[in-house]
Amino acid sequence: MSDRLHVGTRKGLFELMRRGGNWEVTGAHFLGDPVSAALETADGALLAALDLGHFGAKLWRRGRAAEWREVATPIFPPKPASAHDDPHPWSLGKIWVLEAGGVVGRLWAGTMPGGLFRSEDDGLSWSLNEALWHMPRRREWQGVAGGEQPGIHSVLVDPRDPDDIRIGVSTAGVWASGDAGLSWRLINRGMHAEYMPPERREDPIAQDVHRLARCAASPEIVWCQHHNGVFRSADGGANWHEVTAIRPSKFGFAVAAHPRDPDTAWFIPAVKDECRIPVDGKLVVARTRDAGKSFEVLRRGLPQHHAYDLVWRHALDIDGSGERLAFGSTSGGLWISEDGGDSWTMPEARLPPIAVVRFAPD
Amino acid sequence: MATVSFTPALQRFLSAPPVAVEGTTLREALAAVFAARPELRGYVLDDQGALRRHVVVYLNGEPARDRVGLADRVGPGDEIHVFQALSGG
Repeated sequence: MSDRLHVGTRKGLFELMRRGGNWEVTGAHFLGDPVSAALETADGALLAALDLGHFGAKLWRRGRAAEWREVATPIFPPKPASAHDDPHPWSLGKIWVLEAGGVVGRLWAGTMPGGLFRSEDDGLSWSLNEALWHMPRRREWQGVAGGEQPGIHSVLVDPRDPDDIRIGVSTAGVWASGDAGLSWRLINRGMHAEYMPPERREDPIAQDVHRLARCAASPEIVWCQHHNGVFRSADGGANWHEVTAIRPSKFGFAVAAHPRDPDTAWFIPAVKDECRIPVDGKLVVARTRDAGKSFEVLRRGLPQHHAYDLVWRHALDIDGSGERLAFGSTSGGLWISEDGGDSWTMPEARLPPIAVVRFAPD
Repeated sequence: MATVSFTPALQRFLSAPPVAVEGTTLREALAAVFAARPELRGYVLDDQGALRRHVVVYLNGEPARDRVGLADRVGPGDEIHVFQALSGG
């Protein structure tokens, strides 16, 4: 089980530790600055991506020496004249997700405006995945989150083969590479988008995948919280079927997959696209244990009166045991469960709006 | 030589004292700064070398006009101030 948690917020990065059965804030870093992504690597280094309003995206790293230092930020290459009609900027907008690459030293960074970056030295330096960035269809990707830029928010590395990768893009569906990023293909079939005209509703590239999560022990099982509902794939993200039993609503951003049980996953629903608050002002977590055939609505310890918390796509996490979950909200609420979501407690802290919640490796 | 000064807001992230540099354009003057202090570049310019959207540069009290090419003329004794723009919040 993981006894440590990292929480990236609009105004700093917070570290929590479990002590004597309680979770306590034990560290506060970058106070006042937006943190857009965080990752503790297998060797104990902690990476924090900042999204500075004036000065752009930055990346800081705390190694074993326990001192923070700024490291190289992913950077886009000079834009050639041939790209004059590219609808997306060739400049880093924000680091949206950081993931371990399954090989010593390898990390992936998903960004806005849709560049995927790779590090082979534990985050000290980064190189753009050229194959994905130069792919002609990348220009069809659509912007999200109130901006004009598309973003890579999910990077799934197959635990059996680190060269086998899936990425989730808002908005451009699910892309796969079987050769560590040398080539890519759009793979998702079976999703549907109500925000598109009828003739394009099932177009794979038009699917606004909000977040992907896969079962570590059965990597072919992938869950998706989509703009228009919840979907599940049993073949690594190629074919999807909608999970219509989700309750109390089908809209949301976050999803967590159980690390060993392919039938168990968690979601945090909101009313709908144009009303992003919990149904009836009651914050709940939806859990399925039967592959999406049915859901339990979990609410013990969560606010049930006038709660207007929204949970962003990176703000729900599960540890390696599958028992501990944590999520944070746009209202700064942070809840932790040690019983698979049956009950939740709130650490003593009043945090800024939360973008990312991540357990340290077990 | 022209003098380039940086907003105190940058001091939270890195040291950025005023510096006197040679250059006939804003691009040349800033390039001279970044040659000595490469870690400053990404705070002021985007990946394509334009001024960041929420950074503003004043030349002798007037905002720089060419935010992409940085072709504004710079002369000896000029004062260049790099600030965060109010548009960034």
